[in-house]
Amino acid sequence: MNIARRTFLKLTGGAGALTAAFAAGLVAGGQAWAATWNKAGFESKALADAMKSLGATGATESKDITITAPDIAENGAVVPVAVTSKLPNTQQISIIAEKNPFPLAATFDISGGSEGYVSARIKMGQTSDVWAVVKAGGKYYTARKEVKVTVGGCG
Amino acid sequence: MAEPMKIRATLQGDVADVRILMMHPMETGQRKDDKGEIVPIHFIQSVVVTHNGKTVLDTQWSQAVSRNPFLGLRIKGAKAGDKIGVTWTDNKGDKRTDEATVAPAS
Repeated sequence: MNIARRTFLKLTGGAGALTAAFAAGLVAGGQAWAATWNKAGFESKALADAMKSLGATGATESKDITITAPDIAENGAVVPVAVTSKLPNTQQISIIAEKNPFPLAATFDISGGSEGYVSARIKMGQTSDVWAVVKAGGKYYTARKEVKVTVGGCG
Repeated sequence: MAEPMKIRATLQGDVADVRILMMHPMETGQRKDDKGEIVPIHFIQSVVVTHNGKTVLDTQWSQAVSRNPFLGLRIKGAKAGDKIGVTWTDNKGDKRTDEATVAPAS
């Protein structure tokens, strides 16, 4: 596989202009769908930065958001987390594991027809709070729950 | 290339309970293999769920989602026989789409 790739690079490397055009095409194609991916948010290393990338700085806490996650997760590689939002017009739900190397784990954009509920499994490096950030009616709300991790799942 | 997803959609009243299991290594880019070399980062970046062709959930994921990711959601106003489509795209541009129909309540 690797040898084939090298040969390919050598061959196309000769025709510089052609390679450049080809590469440009690839990059453009890649960006088209990557544009919506919250790169800044997923690469931020602190909770505050992750919140900022979502535009959720200063979000209010809400009791209408329920996080369903175990109190103690024995295996940090698989922590089931479900978020239920009873807030009207829930548009977006994000899950953040505060002490992960990259805290923001997932963002779910909900469009009409889907309930304010998502469930997924995430990795957690160590015991920390799991935050749910919910966007409803243009405003942001949060809730959090501590999950104790026995064996970290990031190594 | 990629293995097929497992999609279960069951009707509960007028809400479809959808459960999706994807087959993906979800490498974090922090794990090392037996030789001590870092395993390159490889994870699903986006998952789009459609109900009869209409997008109901558009997700963005990071490498913090577990291996062989599970996704659960509920779709309002669904009927038995409705089509649920799921498409994921990973950071290497690999894609997979699978479809399932909503099963009536049992």
